[in-house]
Order: sequence, then structure tokens, then C-alpha cells
Amino acid sequence: MFGRLVYESFRRQKRRKLLAGVAITLGVGVATAMIAVATDIGDKISRELRTYGANLIVTPQEDTLDVQIGGVDLKPPSDGAYLNEADLPKIKGMFWRNNIVGFAPMLPISVRVNSDAENLTLLGTYFSKRLTFGKEDFVTGVRVTHPWWKVRGAWPDDNSSDVLLGESLAEKLGRKPGDEIDIAGQTYRVAGILSTGGAEDNEIVASLALAQQILGKPGAVRRVYVSALTKPEDAFARRDPQTLRGAEYDRWYCSPYAASIAFQLQEAIPHSHAEQIRQIAQNEGTVLSRIKGLMLLVTLAALFASALAVSAAMATAIFERRTEVGLMKALGAGSVSVAALFFAEALLLALIGGVVGFAGGALLARQIGRSIFDSQITIDAVLFPVILAIAVIVTFAGSAMAIRRAVKFDPVYALRGEA
Amino acid sequence: MSSDLINRRSAKPHSSMFLRMLMRAAVLRRGRAASALLAMVVAAAVATAMLNLYVDVQAKLRKEFRNYGANIVVVGKDGQALPVDALTKVEAALAGHGLAVPFAYIVARTSDGQSVVVAGTDLDQVRKLDSWWSVTAWPNASQDALLGTRAAAVVSPQGKPFDLSFQERTIHLNPVGTLRTGASEDSRVYLSLQDFESWTGVQPSTIEIAASGSSEEVNVLIHQLSKSLPGADVRPIRQIMEGEARVLGKTRATLAAAAILIIATAALCVLSTLIGWVFDRRRDFAIMKALGASEGLISGFFAAEAAALGAVGALLGFGIGVAVAAWIGRVNFHSPVVPRFNVLPIVFVGSIAVALISAVLPIFLLRRVQPAMILRGE
Repeated sequence: MFGRLVYESFRRQKRRKLLAGVAITLGVGVATAMIAVATDIGDKISRELRTYGANLIVTPQEDTLDVQIGGVDLKPPSDGAYLNEADLPKIKGMFWRNNIVGFAPMLPISVRVNSDAENLTLLGTYFSKRLTFGKEDFVTGVRVTHPWWKVRGAWPDDNSSDVLLGESLAEKLGRKPGDEIDIAGQTYRVAGILSTGGAEDNEIVASLALAQQILGKPGAVRRVYVSALTKPEDAFARRDPQTLRGAEYDRWYCSPYAASIAFQLQEAIPHSHAEQIRQIAQNEGTVLSRIKGLMLLVTLAALFASALAVSAAMATAIFERRTEVGLMKALGAGSVSVAALFFAEALLLALIGGVVGFAGGALLARQIGRSIFDSQITIDAVLFPVILAIAVIVTFAGSAMAIRRAVKFDPVYALRGEA
Repeated sequence: MSSDLINRRSAKPHSSMFLRMLMRAAVLRRGRAASALLAMVVAAAVATAMLNLYVDVQAKLRKEFRNYGANIVVVGKDGQALPVDALTKVEAALAGHGLAVPFAYIVARTSDGQSVVVAGTDLDQVRKLDSWWSVTAWPNASQDALLGTRAAAVVSPQGKPFDLSFQERTIHLNPVGTLRTGASEDSRVYLSLQDFESWTGVQPSTIEIAASGSSEEVNVLIHQLSKSLPGADVRPIRQIMEGEARVLGKTRATLAAAAILIIATAALCVLSTLIGWVFDRRRDFAIMKALGASEGLISGFFAAEAAALGAVGALLGFGIGVAVAAWIGRVNFHSPVVPRFNVLPIVFVGSIAVALISAVLPIFLLRRVQPAMILRGE
């Protein structure tokens, strides 16, 4: 009998049930989308923050002091130690290899151009080089780590001997893309004009192999910029790994803090010293936590608004059925069985609305991810039971007041239509 | 009938009856009216809070992004020193919307003949500009020096006072603190500008500027500066500007999507509550119709009621929403979100529009029904 009552109620009051169901579906959909976006936003913004460039730098352990003003190296080029280029792919063998967005080795050398007396800096680096480590193939270079570098003309190939000229330098030398330039007694083609807004605007940028060849030191790398996805630094991250023991050390080592990734870089590359670039690494954490905090609060507002919408719809739906309640009570139904009927209906609505809303919300979140971040927002399967539970609880809570009032109502008044 | 009653009645046209009906409807059914108003207030509050946040978050985040330091750099052309009045000109152009810090650099020699870069700057300002510098202690007395960690290992490994020489002139310095940034600052020695200038006689060659404001405002400033400082190169630091623009854009877009979803949900809540409320009063509607009220009058009555509800709800909701936004600002950004009164008309008009739609929709459906049917309770 109870089952039939519920079934008939759904069959005969299709429009009302549809209205309440739509409200629940929309509420759940918005809540799902917002929760999915909020849980994923940290990851997404973290990737966007990589446009600020590398947050870690690897230098030789025995390095001498940099004598650098405004990005121009005043140190004699023969000075100082080097890292070995052959060690670099090992970066992709680290524990946190999947957090390494990219890296770019740098080898600044001093060269003479067009047999002028003045020395210019030629920077050897990877543009977009294909490397292999084990079975893994990956592409890395300045185009990943320095996304604000813009080239007019074309990026040279890493295997060619074409070069890029810094914007200011090109103007001074009167060169355009496609022209030729004489560097250290050899002629090279200018593939493009580079604009960075930094010291590179006055430099020549070439492939690492070319710089090594001119310097006469195959495999030499002065420093490596590494761009990694990191977790904001907290008090634990600032601990010295030397003082940590056992489980604590493991926890520190296995958290993607900038400091622990730097530590692992040092392990991966022999005779190196890795350090976080504090300007990038430190601020990333604050910006990230602000945006995450903002989205969390906004998600709370969304949950609140959708809970309210569901409650309002349920309350209206039940309030309209006073006469029905009056009739049931007049026929001898107790308050408990009337309430049970309403709750059963609410449960059914919540479940149906929850499932449909979850699917809709997932689609919405994907759409948001694709249109704003050009990447998928993945929805955790764990979210499904949570959302469903929230939907049921909110629907029950929203109905409870209205059900209480409906049940308390005197059947005589209800039947006479004097609400 | 006494003549003054007739006078009174004739003096008061329909409008008073109309108003009285509105008032009585609100007072007699205060339960339902209150719940409708509550829905309206909450929806308006949520909408206000979201719009306020959306408008203000840009300014709030920009402030966070200024922690990345300078976004404009002014350097003397071809490594020349800047004119003496450059800093005052820059500060005048900034007009308080940012920080400008001068830097002067030389290469000095240590007592055992090693080269080290020495920078002179306004240390108090640097502290504000480059908040990521990890410094053990800031110098404050004359001849105090701040040493980069790598420079410290060379010039003063045991933390003892040391000498530096530049063009035959020597300065005696006390190492006060060490500096760690992970960048070229680590290999430098920092002095206050006074010490630096009296020792070397070299003027600042670089001014780093952290200008606040949108990228258009920053570009205007760059243009302005390069006009007033013809002897200098004024360049945006693209790394900082582009990163900021990108992250800010994405955050704003996400927030806009969230705001649309939330406001739509809130509007839905109002719609379902108000439709229920009006539908519930189909008896009033039927009685009015049975007593001979025209369709226009009834629609007008319900519309006026809805509009009043929307207006009151919008005003109350605006107040609450501003408070919510301020709270979110305080919790998340440690400074309240400033109330934006240009949001008010949007919320106001939006609330009334939603209220009108939800009142007119049921009336439209009920119009075809005979009053007798409703009164009989069918």
C-alpha cells in the first residue's frame, strides 16, 4: 500500500514532481560543478603560475661567485665549474618526475660578432628539445620554462646551427630574420628575433650544442632552470632534511615542496647545487592559497544557494498538498505514516535528482575546465556518494519543516480549503 | 450615510484600496510573505556578494601579485648612470600607486683580490619591494652590509668585518645579515645607498618599480616614464606582467562562471518560492475576479506586490551581501572587500525582474480558469 501511494503520487502529479526534481537536479548540478572546480583549481592555477617561469635552479656545487650586473656576466668565460649535459635527462627519473613541467640548461659564453672588438654574450640552451630517459620520451627547453619569450621569425631547431638575436641587439646590428651573422669567425643564419624584456634582449641565443662547440667544451652546462609543480611551503617544508628521522624524512621527501624537489635534483645530478628561486617559488604559494581559499568560500556560497533552492522547492511542493494530508488523516492515517510517505517521496526525488544532477554537474565542470583552462577537470569518483548524501540530507532538511506543518494541520480545515 | 464619510470616500480614489490590499496581504499572511521575502533577501545577498567579489577580486589579487616584485625597470641607456632627478620623476609619475627602488652596482675587489658585485640601494624600500628575500637580519647602521649567501662565503666566511676596494678606495664593512633568494642576489653584497655613494661616488643605474593597477595603467605609466626620462630605457618585466595577466584572467573567468551558476540557482529559489506563494492565493485571485476586478487590475496588484517584495528584498539582501563579501575578503585576503555601489542597481533591477516573472507566470496560467472552479476548491 505504501509503495503504491508513492508510485501513484509520482504518476499523478507529474508536473509538481518534475518541478521539485528540476530544482534538486539543478542544485546538485551546481554544487557538483563548483566542488569539482574548487578541488581542481589548485592544480590548474598551479600550472598557470608556471608561466612565471622556472622556480628552481641547479648550479655546479663548486661554482665561483657570479659577477653579474643587470643580467650581463662580467666573469671571464673560462672561469667556474660546469654541470654535465649527459646528467640532465636524469631529472625525469626523480621521484617527483611527473611534477617537472620542464627544464632548460643555460650556457652563456662570450663571443665576438663581425670581428668587432666588443664581446657579446651568446646563450646556449634547449629551445624545444626531444630527450629520452629510459622508455620515456619528452620535450623540454625554454619554450616550456620561459613562456614569455617571444620570437619574431621562427624558433630555430635544436639540431641546427641557426641562432636567435635579442631585440635590442638585432636593432643595433641591423639584422632581420633570415639574415646572416658572423660569430667567432663562422657564419650563422638568424632564424628569428627574440624579445624577452630581460637581459636576453642584448644577447645571442643559440642551441646548447653550438655554444659548447664555440666554447670547446662538449657537454658543459652552466646552470639549469627547472620548472616544477610544487606544494605551498609550510613550517614542515622549511625543516632541514638532515635533522629529520625515519617517517618524518619520508614524508618530507615525498611531498612536492620546492625544497624537497631541489633536494632530489641535487641527488639526481652529480656535483650540483639546487635551490629554489624564491621570487617565484615563495609567491606561488601565497597566490595559490588565496585563489584556492576564494574558490572554497565561493563553493560554500554555491552549496548554500543550492541547498536553499532545494528546500524552497520542496517546501512549496509539500505545502500545496495540505488537502491530501487532510484526507489521509481523516481516513485514519497517523502522523508518522504521513511523514514517512513524504520522506519516502523526498528520498526518491533526491536520489533521482542527485544522479542526474551529478552527471550534469560533471559535464558542466568539464565545460568550465575546457573553456577556461584548456584542460580537463577530472571528477573524483569519491565525490558521487558524497554528493548523493548531501542531496538527500538537504532535501530532507528542506522538507522537514514543511512536513511538520502539513502533518500538524487540522484535517477539517485542510479539507474545507481554509489554509 | 453621514456626509463626511461620503466626502472621505470620494476624496480617496482606488489607489488607497489598492495600497490597503497590498498592506493587508502582507500582514495577514505574514508567514508566507516572510518566507518569500527571505528567499528574495538571500538570493539578492548571494548575488551581491558574488558580484562584489567578482569586481573586487582583481584589485585584491593584484595586491598579492605585487609580492612578485617589480614589473617595470628603468635602466640608464648603455649602462650609464641615471640622471640625478630620475627617482623623483619616477615617484611623481607613480603618485603613490606603487614602489620605486633605486639600485647602483659596481664590481669591487676583496682583500684577496676576488671580484664581487656590490649593490647600493634603499634597504627599507627593498624590504617592501622584494618580500621574498630571506634575510637573517637587516642592516640599519652605517657601514653595515647585507651579504648574499654565496658572497658571504667569499668575503667573510667567519662573519668577521671585511674590507672591499673600488678604484683605490677602501671601505670597511660589518656583515650584519645574510640574504638568500636563489638568484643573482646571492652573489652580491648590499649596502645602503648613502654608504655606497660616499664610498664609490657612483649613482644609481637602475630603478625597479612595482606599479599597481591594471596592465593598461602600467603601460600608460611606462609610456609616461619613457617620455619624461629620455636618457633611460623603461621596460616592462614581461615575465611578471604576463604571468599576472594570465593567472588573473583565469581566476576571474572561473569566478564569473561560479557567479553565474550561483546567481542562477538563487534566482531559481526565488522563482519556485514566489510561484508557490502566488499559486497558493488563487482564492484571493478568484474572489477579486468574482467581485468584478478587471484582469489588468489583478495582474497589476500581483505585479505591484512582487515588485515591492523584490525591492525590499534587494535592499536588505544588498546590505547582507556586502557584509558577506567583506567577510570573505577579510578571511581570505586579510582586507575587506570594499562595497561597490554600482552593483546595487544590477541587483535591484534583477531582483524586481525575477519577482515580476514569478508573479506574472502563475497569473498567466490562472487567467483561463473560471473563478468558480477555484472557489470550489478544484
